[in-house]
Amino acid sequence: MLEIRGVRAGYGAVAVLHGIDLDAAAGQVSCIMGRNGAGKTTLLRAVMGLLPVTAGSVRLGGAPIHHLPAHEVPRRGIGYVPQGRRLFGPLTVAENLEIGLMARRRGAAVRDRVLGLFPRLAERLGQAAATLSGGEQQMLAIGRALCLEPAVLLLDEPTEGLQPSMVALIRDTVARLRAEGVAVVLVEQRVETALAVADRLAFVTGGRVAETVAARGLAADAPQFAAHVGV
Amino acid sequence: MAAVLALTAVGLSLVFGVMRVVNVAHGEFFMLGAVTAWFVATHVPGPPWAGFLAALVICPLVVGAVAAAADMAVLKRLNYDPEATIVATIGLLYILQQTALTVYGPEARPVPAPFAWSIRLPWFGWSGYKLAVIAAAAAILLGVWLLLTRTRAGLVMRATQVDRETARAFGIDTDRVYAGVFALGAALAAMAAVLIVPIQQAHYLMGHDPLLLSFVVVIIGGLGSLRGTLVAALVIGLSDGVISVFFSPTLAKILATLFVAGVLVFRPQGLFGARA
Repeated sequence: MLEIRGVRAGYGAVAVLHGIDLDAAAGQVSCIMGRNGAGKTTLLRAVMGLLPVTAGSVRLGGAPIHHLPAHEVPRRGIGYVPQGRRLFGPLTVAENLEIGLMARRRGAAVRDRVLGLFPRLAERLGQAAATLSGGEQQMLAIGRALCLEPAVLLLDEPTEGLQPSMVALIRDTVARLRAEGVAVVLVEQRVETALAVADRLAFVTGGRVAETVAARGLAADAPQFAAHVGV
Repeated sequence: MAAVLALTAVGLSLVFGVMRVVNVAHGEFFMLGAVTAWFVATHVPGPPWAGFLAALVICPLVVGAVAAAADMAVLKRLNYDPEATIVATIGLLYILQQTALTVYGPEARPVPAPFAWSIRLPWFGWSGYKLAVIAAAAAILLGVWLLLTRTRAGLVMRATQVDRETARAFGIDTDRVYAGVFALGAALAAMAAVLIVPIQQAHYLMGHDPLLLSFVVVIIGGLGSLRGTLVAALVIGLSDGVISVFFSPTLAKILATLFVAGVLVFRPQGLFGARA
């Protein structure tokens, strides 16, 4: 579904990614783990076209997308939940969802389906996004991305700063998306969440994938976590 | 005056609000609208109202197209850097001004009002055209408000205003949005100019006062705040008119500038602006 090959990217003259390889298959959750500054968020931003890819390629369904302007990437079917949610704060919940729907010209049926996943959002449609609680904001950030009906969903630390019940809800949502055939790329710092939802774990160090392992059977105290994540 | 000022200032405020660009050339878009109105009114045959109506349609389109071209040719290349775009729009100001001087000439030229009736009451009279200007400006401002709050285009503009990068990550072509907003801001200034040229004559240096007063208005109202811009335009437009008539235009400008200074000292975000 999503193939990342030898991608180099960074911020101006500062290179952060030094040739990353990663695959995300339909119906699978690929979890990217690594220390702060390893390049996890940079990778997702490069895939979304928000940072220029200076070398390598990003392909979606076999077609190259790394040369596309950023606004074309979501139209091809990649949804993005950025770190820190980055909602349109002054806009209402309904308007935030509408922005998601507009990207791929989806209608009320998709919106109703998203509201079915997160019923609490349905009670707050007229409320400004900035006034929601942290958990509700994360629901909206994921719901907004799901309004695209994405084939690939990029989630950047969606459980960061959330209470356990919200973390459980997000785990359930990711599992449900996997069952529906969505290719999920998850950046995650919590080992237990990664092990609970991921099919594969890619450990990123210094802008490269240092190791990729299957999540099944991996213990929470496996040496990879200590070596690449520092936990 | 207040109504026309509100239109001009809303254009400036819209551009800053969405694009974070301080458009120093905004007054020249006003001037370009007035000069183009003279050309259109002069060349459209028939009664004065026909030429005026044609100008009201054609001038915003022409000026909007010039602004969109300037956005794509200059501002986009600067990646909308706030400081670089100030310098660039100063350059644009002189290009537009000198082009108008070359093509249009140094003369001030009148555009006939579309009609000449007035309301006569026993104790005073009122120009029907000036009342029509107020009504037209109010209708245009209502249209802008509806555009921003009730349409998908407005939703896209507001989303881009909040977070340009996230807007791009959701399929919004922010370059097109910026070009459209810059064109819309300039078109509003052009519409204001078409409405004012039957009262003031079209001249290549006429952009200075609207620019100064628009900055006064948006600073007092709060940069990017539509409501604040309208209230401040009403206050500044009315006070400028009254003080200019009963005392002197210079005193009006001095008081407006002092008001701005007071706002900047005691409430830098403007009366209706959000604190940064």
